[in-house]
Amino acid sequence: MINCIKIQVMKVLNKIAALGLVALLASCGSSSSEGEGLSGKVSIDGSSTVYPITAGIAEYYGEENDNVEVLVGVSGTGGGFKKFCIGQTDINDASRPIKDKEIAVAEENNITYQQLSVAYDGIAVVINPANDWVDHITTEELQNIWKSDAGADLKWSDIREGWPEEKIQLYGPGDASGTYDYFNEAILGKELSCRNDYNASENDNMLVKGVADDKYALGYFGLAYYEENKETLKVAPVKDGENAPVTPSLTTVMDKSYSPLSRPIFIYVSSEAIKKAQVKSFVEFYLENAAEVSKKVGYIPMTEEEYTAQKDIFQSFCK
Amino acid sequence: MKSRANIRVKEKFIEGLLFLSASLTILTTVGIIWVLSSESISFFQEISPLDFFTSTEWAPSNREAPKYGVLVLLSGTLTTTAIATLVAVPIGLTLAVYLAVYSGPTIRKWIKPALELLAAVPTVVYGYFALSVLTPIIREVFPTLPLFNALSAGIVMGIMIIPIVSSLSEDAIRSVPKTLAEASYGLGATKFQTAFKVLVPAASSGITVSIILGIARAIGETMIVAIAAGTKPNLTFNPMGSVMTITTYMAETASGDVEFGSIRYKSIFAVGITLFLFTLILNLISFYIKKRVRNEYE
Repeated sequence: MINCIKIQVMKVLNKIAALGLVALLASCGSSSSEGEGLSGKVSIDGSSTVYPITAGIAEYYGEENDNVEVLVGVSGTGGGFKKFCIGQTDINDASRPIKDKEIAVAEENNITYQQLSVAYDGIAVVINPANDWVDHITTEELQNIWKSDAGADLKWSDIREGWPEEKIQLYGPGDASGTYDYFNEAILGKELSCRNDYNASENDNMLVKGVADDKYALGYFGLAYYEENKETLKVAPVKDGENAPVTPSLTTVMDKSYSPLSRPIFIYVSSEAIKKAQVKSFVEFYLENAAEVSKKVGYIPMTEEEYTAQKDIFQSFCK
Repeated sequence: MKSRANIRVKEKFIEGLLFLSASLTILTTVGIIWVLSSESISFFQEISPLDFFTSTEWAPSNREAPKYGVLVLLSGTLTTTAIATLVAVPIGLTLAVYLAVYSGPTIRKWIKPALELLAAVPTVVYGYFALSVLTPIIREVFPTLPLFNALSAGIVMGIMIIPIVSSLSEDAIRSVPKTLAEASYGLGATKFQTAFKVLVPAASSGITVSIILGIARAIGETMIVAIAAGTKPNLTFNPMGSVMTITTYMAETASGDVEFGSIRYKSIFAVGITLFLFTLILNLISFYIKKRVRNEYE
């Protein structure tokens, strides 16, 4: 009994934490003003990865448009699309492109939609600062470490010759998170499954603690979290195929040289929804402020040209 | 006459209020059981209960064949609970005997509130105490201990349930009829002999109940294990390892991005009902023992 209550409490706490962030953003002030006496609702649902950006934008937007109620839910990308594709929501936050199955549902319900990129998200592969043998790691090596049949006693020396004969201690996000999905798709592809016998937590702080504590540890999480914990962690440059190893940073994610562990994140908006003036104005506001907000909540903004391109796409979708 | 009628209405009103608050607790319990079982039933329609309770693999994210072997999580829960019991029972019991038989009123006045304070510490504080104070100390002795381990989480959980064990046991020892102790002294027994050969055996049912309640509390504890015991599903009873308990799994999964209505979502309720069954059985045992005790002294 107590456990059920605790989960509820934790959920509420998470919400409060998110709200705190939003409040913080709100106090930072904002640019462009639009409010032309709009009113009504904008209903948004979807990915928890995109949520911080959308919530931040919603807060800014609310300051200038008192009468518009922006509701942002977090059902996961898939859960959000379920509602979006039957017309229950106006906008869906998505950390991956829409799937064929979801497109089919949308078509059945006569929902036409537009995908808009709003920012980039990068994943950092991290090691302990005392780890002096990893100068870079290849995507293939990452695959050998994380695939489900890698073996429980996998040693560093099994991955590359010359690395120490010590067990690798693995830390990563739990399989319910968007980062987990993305990492596995990028590293393991569609065929391989990820191993289960590692320290998995939805709480990035636990992962930071775990890797910072153990010389033989390896982990991964959102780039923003590494940036905050630079002193206690070391980041491993990732080498993809024949390319030179690349260290993740604002620059390498923005110029797309850090691959494959960076990705665009999206919002989806339906043609039915933009008939409502408040939804259209919200999306315009979103694209206008996405760069600033995404930076504040730890994501990587796209380039100015890319935002302009997205705005053009949206304008032609509105016609 | 009028005032009497007034009083009667008042009485009825108060009676109604009391009944309402009593039924509220029952309704809550019924509601929780209903939610737990309805979600679990649809979970068990997809995953066979036999696999759930006998498989030794916990791999819910495996794409071809997700494995839900609750034994893996159960081993984590049982390991931490066993360690907590090993810590809490000897200390709690000694404390109870000391407070009931040996200590003078002045010392009692200090120890009792201190114990109650122990019970009032938020579990999140206990969790970080285990992770950032106790684990480093144990590591001085065993350097190979992982940062997240069952041992320090279990020990701290044991400290948490000491007040439950000690105060209920103390009550049990105190409620042993005075005549028994006096008869023992009269036969020339020492205080020690009286305490451990007469009073403790006579209070054994009450003491057992206190231990069971302590265990039930430890099984359901979430925050301490979620912070300090790790999140690695591991079929092991090794106290020096990282484990994932049932409660940790529930908390972790619920705070993640799980799709509502998916099998993963339902698995929270399936492991939840497993936990519920465990605590229910423990409660039934303690209920049965309590009933027997009442008969003994009447």
